[in-house]
Amino acid sequence: MHDKTIRRRRAVLLGLVVGSLLLLTASFGESAGGGLGAIQRGVSTVLTPVQEGASRALKPVRDGVGWVGDTFDAKGENEQLRADLAQARRFKVDAEALRRENAQMRDLLDLNDRLQIQDMGLVAARVIGRTPNVLNQVVKINQGSSDGVRPGHPVVTGRGLVGTVDTVTSNSAFVTLVTDADFGAGVKISEGGITGTVRPAAGAPRELRMEDTEATDDVRRDDTLVTSGTSDPEFPSPFPPDVPIGKVTEVEDPGSDSQVIHVMPFVDVRDLDFVEVITKMDPSRS
Amino acid sequence: MPTATVLALRLTALGLLAVLLQVSAVSQLTVFGTNADVVPLVVAFVGLLAGTVNAAIFGFVAGLFIDTALIGTLGLSSLVYVAIGYGAGRLRELRDPQSALVPLAVGAVASAAAAFGFALMQFLLGAEAPVSFELIRQLVVATLVSTLVALPVYAGVRRGLLPALPDDPRRRRRRAYTTGGLSPLSRP
Repeated sequence: MHDKTIRRRRAVLLGLVVGSLLLLTASFGESAGGGLGAIQRGVSTVLTPVQEGASRALKPVRDGVGWVGDTFDAKGENEQLRADLAQARRFKVDAEALRRENAQMRDLLDLNDRLQIQDMGLVAARVIGRTPNVLNQVVKINQGSSDGVRPGHPVVTGRGLVGTVDTVTSNSAFVTLVTDADFGAGVKISEGGITGTVRPAAGAPRELRMEDTEATDDVRRDDTLVTSGTSDPEFPSPFPPDVPIGKVTEVEDPGSDSQVIHVMPFVDVRDLDFVEVITKMDPSRS
Repeated sequence: MPTATVLALRLTALGLLAVLLQVSAVSQLTVFGTNADVVPLVVAFVGLLAGTVNAAIFGFVAGLFIDTALIGTLGLSSLVYVAIGYGAGRLRELRDPQSALVPLAVGAVASAAAAFGFALMQFLLGAEAPVSFELIRQLVVATLVSTLVALPVYAGVRRGLLPALPDDPRRRRRRAYTTGGLSPLSRP
């Protein structure tokens, strides 16, 4: 009897491990439109309204926990903000003269900018779920293919780039965040035009790294990173140019081929409620 | 209704609830830059309360459900959760620990196994990320945050499963002593 129990236990374990490995192999090697993927998208479609309801219902709890966390973060940020304020005061004097000149030009450009945004088919979405592990940084949004969202579409907030749409169901989509281990985008330093690639710093949700720069590239602290857009028509970029990404916080070994540029993203991916998906890319702009 | 059927129904409901709660709420609550993961805790506690086979099957199905719901690589979570459920179940069968701190310790080990197990699996599947100090620190913090919720999760799992579990001989014996009727000392 005892031997039978042991044999049964081992058989179950073996069966489950083999089943998991078979699923893993089938799922990993499957193309985007495969059968397993279709089942997953079907289940996700069914679950989306439930998730959306739960996400809305639990918003006050999330806000409560977020408030406690923000209080701790605020203490640490206080010193940095004081330094930023002092610098901002100095800039204010210079900026005042430029402001008057700029205001006239801005009026002209504003209308044009607004039309470009409208042309790019912005779809507003609510974040309704996210993956729990560190390397796989994905959020689920409540807009899908029926709203025009497709894989590869860029996702932004008012602060800058959030990521790209990965998988889409009819009523939801999964967005790979800029902090995901597999994310990468062509970028440039807006101040100097230096180009490179931005990748996440694994395990640090508030940091990115700019790579593929040259030793002669002069990158400085507080430089701003934006998307570079398409530089070679053979390899079109999924992102429009000049979408803000982050600010350079530190340059390790500057002036060397191995220089490491640390970037703090403008968007806090841990605190996303609403995002916008750019569903219509204007080829002339990208 | 047979006990096994009742237990299966309760485990199904528990799995659905745990996964929905995780993907809709818990994963969006950021604490110290990370978030808790209640699913490995639930799988481990099912092992502690219901044994190896039940926990391994529960872990497999819960993993399958979470990978399906999040359109992840199927089988990845199942493999990690089967190991966690089996390990917790074996602990119960070999040692049957009774200390009140056992759920906390088991929760910590299960959370660490899940955090490091997922990272390892993703590296094996080709995630292009360097193994850095920040990554290790983030995994350790994720483990600690999950451990913080281990005791309430254990209480919830226990409450959900206990009515469906076969009466534990140790508990039956303890109850008999406290009521006085079956103590060996009271026998003639």
